[in-house]
Amino acid sequence: MINWKIQLKGTWTLLKKELLRFWRVVFQTVAAPVITGILYLLIFSHVLDSRTEVYTGVPYSAFLIPGLIMMSLLQNAFANSSSSLVQSKVMGNIVFILLTPLTYIQFFIAFLIASIVRGLFVGLAIYVLASFYIDLPIMYPGFVFSFALLGGGLLGTFGILAGIWADRFDQMAAFQNFVIMPLSFLSGVFYSIHSLPPFWQKISHFNPFFYMIDGFRYGFFGQSDISPHLSVVIVLTFFIILAGLSIRLLKTGYKLRG
Amino acid sequence: MEKAIVFKNIKKSYGSVQAVNGINLTIYQGEFFGLLGPNGAGKSTLINMLAGIVKSTSGSIKAMGFDVEKNYQEARHSLGIVPQELVFDPFFNVREMLRFQAGYFGKGRENYDWIDEVLERLDLTEKAFTNMRQLSGGMKRRALIAQALAHRPPIIVLDEPTAGVDVELRQRLWAFMKDLNQSGHTIVLTTHYLEEAENLCKRVAMVNRGKLVALDDTKKLIRKNSSKNLNIKIDSKDEQKVLKILKNFQVFIENEILTITLDKLDELNDIIVLLKKNKIKFFDIQTTEPDLEKVFLQITKK
Repeated sequence: MINWKIQLKGTWTLLKKELLRFWRVVFQTVAAPVITGILYLLIFSHVLDSRTEVYTGVPYSAFLIPGLIMMSLLQNAFANSSSSLVQSKVMGNIVFILLTPLTYIQFFIAFLIASIVRGLFVGLAIYVLASFYIDLPIMYPGFVFSFALLGGGLLGTFGILAGIWADRFDQMAAFQNFVIMPLSFLSGVFYSIHSLPPFWQKISHFNPFFYMIDGFRYGFFGQSDISPHLSVVIVLTFFIILAGLSIRLLKTGYKLRG
Repeated sequence: MEKAIVFKNIKKSYGSVQAVNGINLTIYQGEFFGLLGPNGAGKSTLINMLAGIVKSTSGSIKAMGFDVEKNYQEARHSLGIVPQELVFDPFFNVREMLRFQAGYFGKGRENYDWIDEVLERLDLTEKAFTNMRQLSGGMKRRALIAQALAHRPPIIVLDEPTAGVDVELRQRLWAFMKDLNQSGHTIVLTTHYLEEAENLCKRVAMVNRGKLVALDDTKKLIRKNSSKNLNIKIDSKDEQKVLKILKNFQVFIENEILTITLDKLDELNDIIVLLKKNKIKFFDIQTTEPDLEKVFLQITKK
């Protein structure tokens, strides 16, 4: 049995490497999505602020910001684990991790935490910059933090799965463009699902991104399309299922060990 | 002698292709061992199974007494493997990569002096803060070797470590490996440069088409499987006559050079006597020593 100090050091080293990996290209991994989020905010709020009020007493710009923060957080949590894995596989340097005594659990934890950290960085930066534009107090910090953490964790795990599955960059791009982007754009970032026709409202309930954004928004305004407690349960369930699946794949070495 | 690596009836198939077909092999602690074979013979598959990168179809492998699948953590702690492909992580510099690699094995600051020593011995100190991307092919190869040594493993496996590497590095690398071997490390080497294996490895195994075809002390293997050659330069008009005279020997003529394979050294005298008796003029005479390359070709052609 390898002692716990060695195991902890191993996990920390992989986490540190994953954190440094995205920090080395911080303009691409943090600054770029923050700028994109702020541009969305400026354009949409300028066009729609005077015409739309989704929640009573909440201006459209304020309604939009939590959605944008969460969307960017989720997309970047996904991008972190998926791009790191697919790059390592394509370049062959995944072997440096496969040769080590790190267990599949250590591997999962390190990639998961790094994804959450990058997601939180991006989300926090958008929140700080948006605060200069509009006053945005947080009503329930516990919900904001829980959904940020759970959302980052869920998409980080989703990224691990995609990274394990994809063998090429174009497969990963397809995953990002045909799965992640539509799910995040059609989740109520820019609108309340109550403004949709009944059929699309029903469809939205199958989208896990909807629960993460709706619950996160509840933390700011105390208003949401569905109960935030139900959202926590649904997001947590999705996380447990995907985490179980990725741990299983890592354990069997699917597409990683021949 | 304590066992370092034990391959027990190990098999690996990819569909209908049998890459490794029932290999039994024991490598002992403190050995400098050579694993030889032509391309596609199954050497790298064998090493990848030892490393846990590839799963065996059947059989078992143990490193320092630990099963590489059931007790993979303990087994991998004892292994330092230099992969054949020139891979690198473009985000980090050489020193960072070595510290990360050692860190995965639970080694921290207490190991930094060793990392500096490895850098020094592989002539990488000046490149310690250079990004991996900016290194030349030879330097990348050195960094790859350094990474395998970063956690100071008792067993070091080098899969074609000197492919595309200059003579100076080769010599430095072998001097370092000899020192490590003398201090108790087990070294397993696969190489295409058979001269290296002959000079360095006390024992060698030859693998062909997934099977172990030879395993012996290097010198014994050469003696057993190869004969000394006698080369004599003769006049071209005597060629047919010589073939008749030496019909009881293994003879081959090309460009007026007569090559005779000697099973025993005593035969040398008999041949000279026979040629003189038949008034064959010869202009030059030399014998060539058998080497591992000849043995390798002979065994792998079978």
